[in-house]
Amino acid sequence: MSRFSPANLRLAQEIIRRYPVAKSATIPLCHLAQEQDGYLADDSMAQIAELVGCSSAEVLGTASFYEMFKMHSVGKFCLGVCTNISCQLLGGEELLEHAEQTLGIRPGGTTADGLFTLEDVECIAACTEAPAVQVNYRYFHRLTPQDLDQLIEELRSGALDDVVPAHGTLGKVRQDLGEDRIANITPPEDQIEPVWLRRHRELAEAAAAADAGTPSTAGTNS
Amino acid sequence: MSEKPRKIEITDPVTITVDGREVTAQNGELLIDACERNDAYIPRFCYHPRMNPVGMCRMCLVEVDTGRGPALQPSCMIPVAAEMVVDTKNEQVSKAQDGILEFLLANHPLDCPVCDKGGECPLQDQTMAYGPGESRWVEEKRHYEKPIAISETVYLDRERCILCDRCTRFAKDVAGDPLIHFIDRGSNTEIATFPDEPFCSYFSGNTVQICPVGALTAKPYRFRARPWDLEEVESTCTGCSVGCRITVQSSRNQVLRFQGVDSDPVNWSWLCDKGRFGFEAINSEERLAEPLMLSSDGTLSPARWAEALNAAADAIRAADPTSVAVIGGAQLTNESQYAWAKFAKGIIGTDHVDAQLGDGLAAEVVLGLPGATIDQVCAPGSTVLYMGPDPKEELSVLYIRLKHAAQEDGVQIIELSPAASGLSPYASSSLHYRPADLPKLVEALLAGELPDQGLPGIDAAEFTKASQALLAAEQNLHVVIGRANLAESADCVAVAASAVHQAIPEATFLSALRRANLRGALEAGLTPGMLPGRSSLAEHGQAWKELWGSVPSTAGMDTTQILQAAAASKVDVLILLGADPLADFADRSLARRGVAGARTVISLDRFLTASTRQADIVFPIAGFAECEGTHTNLEGRVTRLNQKVTPPGTARTDWMIAAELAALLGKDLGVERDAHELWDEFMAHSAVHAGVSSAALDHPDAADGLLLDLGPRPFVTPVAPHVAPQSSYSLRLIVNRTLYDQGTEIHHCDSSSGLAPAASVRLSPADAAPLGAEDGTPVTVSSPHGSITAALVVDSGVPKGSAVLRHNLEGADPGLLIDSADVVCEIRVEVS
Repeated sequence: MSRFSPANLRLAQEIIRRYPVAKSATIPLCHLAQEQDGYLADDSMAQIAELVGCSSAEVLGTASFYEMFKMHSVGKFCLGVCTNISCQLLGGEELLEHAEQTLGIRPGGTTADGLFTLEDVECIAACTEAPAVQVNYRYFHRLTPQDLDQLIEELRSGALDDVVPAHGTLGKVRQDLGEDRIANITPPEDQIEPVWLRRHRELAEAAAAADAGTPSTAGTNS
Repeated sequence: MSEKPRKIEITDPVTITVDGREVTAQNGELLIDACERNDAYIPRFCYHPRMNPVGMCRMCLVEVDTGRGPALQPSCMIPVAAEMVVDTKNEQVSKAQDGILEFLLANHPLDCPVCDKGGECPLQDQTMAYGPGESRWVEEKRHYEKPIAISETVYLDRERCILCDRCTRFAKDVAGDPLIHFIDRGSNTEIATFPDEPFCSYFSGNTVQICPVGALTAKPYRFRARPWDLEEVESTCTGCSVGCRITVQSSRNQVLRFQGVDSDPVNWSWLCDKGRFGFEAINSEERLAEPLMLSSDGTLSPARWAEALNAAADAIRAADPTSVAVIGGAQLTNESQYAWAKFAKGIIGTDHVDAQLGDGLAAEVVLGLPGATIDQVCAPGSTVLYMGPDPKEELSVLYIRLKHAAQEDGVQIIELSPAASGLSPYASSSLHYRPADLPKLVEALLAGELPDQGLPGIDAAEFTKASQALLAAEQNLHVVIGRANLAESADCVAVAASAVHQAIPEATFLSALRRANLRGALEAGLTPGMLPGRSSLAEHGQAWKELWGSVPSTAGMDTTQILQAAAASKVDVLILLGADPLADFADRSLARRGVAGARTVISLDRFLTASTRQADIVFPIAGFAECEGTHTNLEGRVTRLNQKVTPPGTARTDWMIAAELAALLGKDLGVERDAHELWDEFMAHSAVHAGVSSAALDHPDAADGLLLDLGPRPFVTPVAPHVAPQSSYSLRLIVNRTLYDQGTEIHHCDSSSGLAPAASVRLSPADAAPLGAEDGTPVTVSSPHGSITAALVVDSGVPKGSAVLRHNLEGADPGLLIDSADVVCEIRVEVS
């Protein structure tokens, strides 16, 4: 059981302040808790509920909707083997079976040393690179069983610690943004114009200019 | 399903076509309601007329054509618009309904023969009416552990659940206790509580009633009956004074279930769990079934009725009329109350009659101020000045109505209370005054400014907000008054209410006093100085003397004074009408001395209570569902109480005992056959009861009851109580109630009796800090009158300078600290 560390609690309060309604911070705080512990402990969900002012059942209901929030402790590396159509056709299922044998666990299980949790996952949007595998949600493409063995070996030895993030880290909870760049803390007129808005304006201006028969000003930022 | 579409007034009519017929509907109302109102019932599971629609179950798909061609649409999510063409029965619709039912049944266990819901199950009924008839499903169905207890009273059977979102919507939107939620997703979705946080809601039983399958079942009813074995009558719950309409269902002369009835002006089909499961007390083994008399060996022994009645009559005959006193009567029917008022005041000739136990408000205040109904208080545009008890704890369904008004209808609630309550989260401003400061606070709010030195605990900004809202309300101001603190003089609320009445004469008042038929008791004259029909003894005594033959010459004593007189051996006969002063009177020492000091104590009760155990003669009485009569709720709404079962043993209705005693005293109470005669006599002589005849109450239009005349009566402004300057005792005591306590009713309900919390002393963090004690540490609370010990709870809802104790909980009795002569109770808290 665990709750936010003092540093993470301060961060959590900061995250809550970014939203007009505290409850909107539920999912970011779930990310934070999972980043801290590798999974969402009951205590953490109860504490999140307290922080955002809702019931623990509501936090559990929200978090349990998402597969990537883990409700139980998982290994240091979550190894997800895709067995959806593209990967299946190109050997995903064989890869999964190989992983089961190499690691000695069934999908959903965790190795005794606490290093690996194996998952049989649905499409992870890497069909062009099938068969694909995710380790802590970082991709490894077009793997043969031998590649997979090597990957597992490298993970075990720590050689990939720089590439693969710590387990549980899903989203970019920490926004390393300057104060001025965080949405809605400066008046709209002081904010930098979003790219898509600028393109829209430019296109509209160009069309207006074409209609009026005057030279186009598209491309300049007035 | 028993749920009916809400009654509405059509203000913006549009014409739509339903199954080829042109019908009129209200523009913007939900199509499902419009069709049902026009005799085209659309099957549904998730839609409930008292909750916002979600379109979860898809059972209400109908073909709607708004000019772009017909398409299947969920009728619970479609607002009616002009010229809509709706087909609720064609082949497309039937096929859709058939398909939805097949989907719903794919995982449903079809264990109807062992399911409580079987026989009254919407899924069963609709499958028969609209479904495929035969299943194509050959695969194994899913299995879950069954059932799991999600609270002390509600069980969940996940296999049966069709995920309609009714219970979860109810918990979140109606009750405000979102302790159950959908978890997981897709085919793994289920209803669940958080681990170790059960569905402890005062309203959990409603989810069982609205569950359209047998997924949620109630422990007190599980496997007790099949719906086709049940007989039912409609009645009014007498658990508190809100007066929720219910059906009383019984089998083999045993009440087995209460179900909420959708009464538009009152409970909207909701009930609190205390009321819903209160039927268990009716069946208790400990009900009194025969009269008891004090025998020579000092114990209460069974006696014959004639013996007990003669003994009681002898005691009354031997006593001077002014030394006879009657306490209680708020649980009785209107008819019994009138009979006892007539017996006490007209036949015995004593005016020492009080239905309240020092925990209410003076009858002049309740009956004299212009009345408001719950609907008026909760109407859109209303501003509510709330000066009552915590409604969630004492009048739970009123809390549901107030919460809905604040959240959905924009009603502004200005709460003035000694500590944070269940209503506080929904109040637009909440001011917590120091006990006894309410009159000063109200005066300041009406003046628009705080006194120069301020008021303890009142924040200036919050005060200004509340004051502005109050003064802007004008004729939309409704004031709820009651006793938020039993350790404070009732005069404080009376003075505050009177000040509002003087300053804003258009304001109307709702008295939130919890005793079930207290309003009826006051209307019937079971209060000193008053006679039935809000007439005062001084002014209208003559008129009643003509009817009754005699009335007392001077106004009598209230319960506090009766107990004081009894303690001084000045009461020869003390009659307790279902009252238990030893448990309910706030000043415990006075109650003990009073009951002990009365020469003869005659008790009419359903159970042996602390007080009946001290009685000389005990008459067993018929209780709820065991007698016919009428009930008056806190608004002044009269409804029928119907009999469903026979009382235990030889227990009789209260009015019969009054009639028997009158006869033994050589007088005639004027009733020969049944309670209707009493009501007819009462009604004929009370101006406020005009039109509320037995015949009118039985008319179908009076299904929600009939309101008494709520107009104001002459009102005497009470005098502000004088509070002595603060002594060496640093804190002021707040005593309030919780829904579940050690009360007689709850104590005899198997499923609720364990729910009462342990006694505690609640202090603000500021007052708890100097003690250096944590939650759970035993602390001693002392007043000049006594001291008690209970566990400390640090509660940020308690203002600095006050301490909260709950009335009637196991472990610590705040009554030992209170002296009813004091305006406030000053205390000191130390670590034991």
